[in-house]
Amino acid sequence: MSLLEVRNLHAGVQGNAILEGINLRVEKGEIHAIMGPNGSGKSTLAGVLAGREAYVVTEGEVLYQGKDLLGLAPEERAREGIFLAFQYPVEIPGVTNMYFLKAALNAIRKHRSMEELDAMEFLSLVKEKMKVIDFDQSLLNRPVNEGFSGGEKKRNEIFQMAVLDPTLAILDETDSGLDIDALRIVAEGVNKLRSPENAVVVVTHYQRLLNYIVPDFVHVLIDGRIVKSGGKELALVLEEKGYDWIRGESGAVTADAQEAGSK
Amino acid sequence: MNASAGTKDWYAGRFTQFEEGLNGASQTPLHALRRRGFAAFAAQGFPTTAEEEWRFTSVAPLAATHFHPVLAYAASGFAEPDLRPWSLTGTGGIVLVFINGHFSSGLSSIPPGSPGVSVGSLGAALAHDPALALRYLSPERRGGDAFTSLNTAFLLDGAFVRVGDGVTLDAPVHILSLASSGDTPLLVQPRHLIIAGNGARLSVVETYGGKGPGLYLTNAVTEIFVGEGGAVEHDKLQMENLSSFHVGTTMVSLGGEASFTSNAINFGGAIVRNNVNALFEGERAECTLNGLSVATGMQHVDNHTVIDHAKAHCQSHELYKAVLDGSARGVFNGKIFVREDAQKTDAKQTNKTLLLSDEATIDTKPQLEIFADDVKCTHGATVGQLDEEQVFYLRARGIGQTEARDLLTFAFATDVINRVHVDALREKLDALLHARLRQGRVNMET
Ligand SMILES: Nc1ncnc2c1ncn2[C@@H]1O[C@H](COP(=O)(O)OP(=O)(O)OP(=O)(O)O)[C@@H](O)[C@H]1O
Ligand SMILES: [Mg+2]
Repeated sequence: MSLLEVRNLHAGVQGNAILEGINLRVEKGEIHAIMGPNGSGKSTLAGVLAGREAYVVTEGEVLYQGKDLLGLAPEERAREGIFLAFQYPVEIPGVTNMYFLKAALNAIRKHRSMEELDAMEFLSLVKEKMKVIDFDQSLLNRPVNEGFSGGEKKRNEIFQMAVLDPTLAILDETDSGLDIDALRIVAEGVNKLRSPENAVVVVTHYQRLLNYIVPDFVHVLIDGRIVKSGGKELALVLEEKGYDWIRGESGAVTADAQEAGSK
Repeated sequence: MNASAGTKDWYAGRFTQFEEGLNGASQTPLHALRRRGFAAFAAQGFPTTAEEEWRFTSVAPLAATHFHPVLAYAASGFAEPDLRPWSLTGTGGIVLVFINGHFSSGLSSIPPGSPGVSVGSLGAALAHDPALALRYLSPERRGGDAFTSLNTAFLLDGAFVRVGDGVTLDAPVHILSLASSGDTPLLVQPRHLIIAGNGARLSVVETYGGKGPGLYLTNAVTEIFVGEGGAVEHDKLQMENLSSFHVGTTMVSLGGEASFTSNAINFGGAIVRNNVNALFEGERAECTLNGLSVATGMQHVDNHTVIDHAKAHCQSHELYKAVLDGSARGVFNGKIFVREDAQKTDAKQTNKTLLLSDEATIDTKPQLEIFADDVKCTHGATVGQLDEEQVFYLRARGIGQTEARDLLTFAFATDVINRVHVDALREKLDALLHARLRQGRVNMET
């Protein structure tokens, strides 16, 4: 049984198709990278997996740990171990990072029939996880993401990931907005959080991140389809050549298929 | 028109009865003031929605009820345990308890006096020093309306707090106003007078609550004088029972370099109208008016504020928020006058409303009247629902849909509660807000 299996997924917003037949299989212990041009549907895929309600699934299915994922509410998915690091983390004035994280962690623990952590236990967990990604203590007591710099917001996403310890983490462009040092620290943090029991899907535009978080697979998503998959070398080729050569290649495939169909 | 004539006749009858009961005391300056009050009330009658200041708030249900003014103290079944839900624990401060508008010395607690501080019943203070009435209690000249006139007409008791020049009162003064009606609807009209001398500092907490479901009308007037360089925080928690009416008027004068903060928190009442009127009487003073109204069901909560920048170099900050659920209606009207001489005025007004249901509504109206040219005045109003992107963010971390909504609502509201400096009150308000949100959820599910 795969950790995640996406089969022929079609999704969009109000009659507007965005994803047009995604197939993706992720096993425990793996790292997958998804790359692709702006607007190709990467965040849409991440959002559908996390349960963003704006997207309507019109075809296909998603199995997570062998069970139907799409029928679950976003919070149920999170409690089952799915974590989405947002491309654009949301500011929540009036709710401190600490309070938010404790509420989240305890909701997840409750779901798993684990005892809720009290303030002291939570604090010691937080202290330990702060070290993993060198997270600034002062950000803890501030309202969630409010007034955070772009990089601080991204780092906060990974800090949350460290505390919540997900089984499947989907990182949507967590590298953009991070300075060179922060990128390394955050990536090393992600690596420290890896285990044979969990998996990571990273959405990125840049090969640089993949020097630190080395993927087992790289997928290229264009116009709502995964048009090419390969090993980590594929990212290097993309970095050098861009996406046009694949567009040409996959266009040719489509034309061939049409020809074959018309015969 | 008949109803209005009937209402006037009703209160005219009550006033005559009241005067007859006063015997010799009807010749005092205080009673002259009452007569003026009654004449003003009789001339105006209760307002109607045809009046600009009452456009969005109909007091027809109030006018249609014959409320009986409470003319003397009675314990009305209140005992010490009834105070506990309202008490501010651990402050060690003065507690002045009023039952249906009258001072209860038995339930109040006034720790041994400190020099320069006098507190107690206004009735007693006026008996001791009748000139007080003439010096301080004249709301007509400060923009009072029919309700303040009605309060003046039957003026008998309330809290009296006077802090001398340069004196700081560390613990808050808690004015606890409790009402209880049986079959007879009562008119509860406390009149509070708070005088802070030059450089004096104090906090006052007014709490309004009801016992039992009986119908009553609280028509409270609080007059506050802040001397030069004085600092007063005035917190008001309105938790009347949900069938009753609350009209509360707070009138504040600020001397030069004085500072005044009002935090007006509303949870209770069927129809609620609060007026907070602040007047700068000296330069370089600062006034902060904050408000939070949490309403649901058929509750109607109207907040009117007036800040009169009559002097130069003064600052005012205003933040009023409302959380409206069910079919609740909110009204906010914020007037700011900047008089011709009030150069270098800095005034900022913000009104934010969170609507939790499709049926809840708010009418909001800023009113800036500026007659000086070198001033900075800003105002802004927002009305909206919870941000779905924020809700999703919380849910994506495992927090349930309802908890996420509650958390965001709480965060919106607690922004005002956090401005209360009286710790015990702030903690109580947080707890009340939590309870209210839980209760709203239960109502929603059933
Ligand atoms: N809620 C929405 N409403 C309307 N259009 C949407 C919505 N979400 C996504 N889209 C559209 O779907 C397409 C795919 O968007 P998506 O955010 O998935 O792209 P992306 O691959 O993540 O791009 P980027 O690299 O710029 O982040 C875009 O054309 C976008 O405008
Ligand atoms: Mg994207």
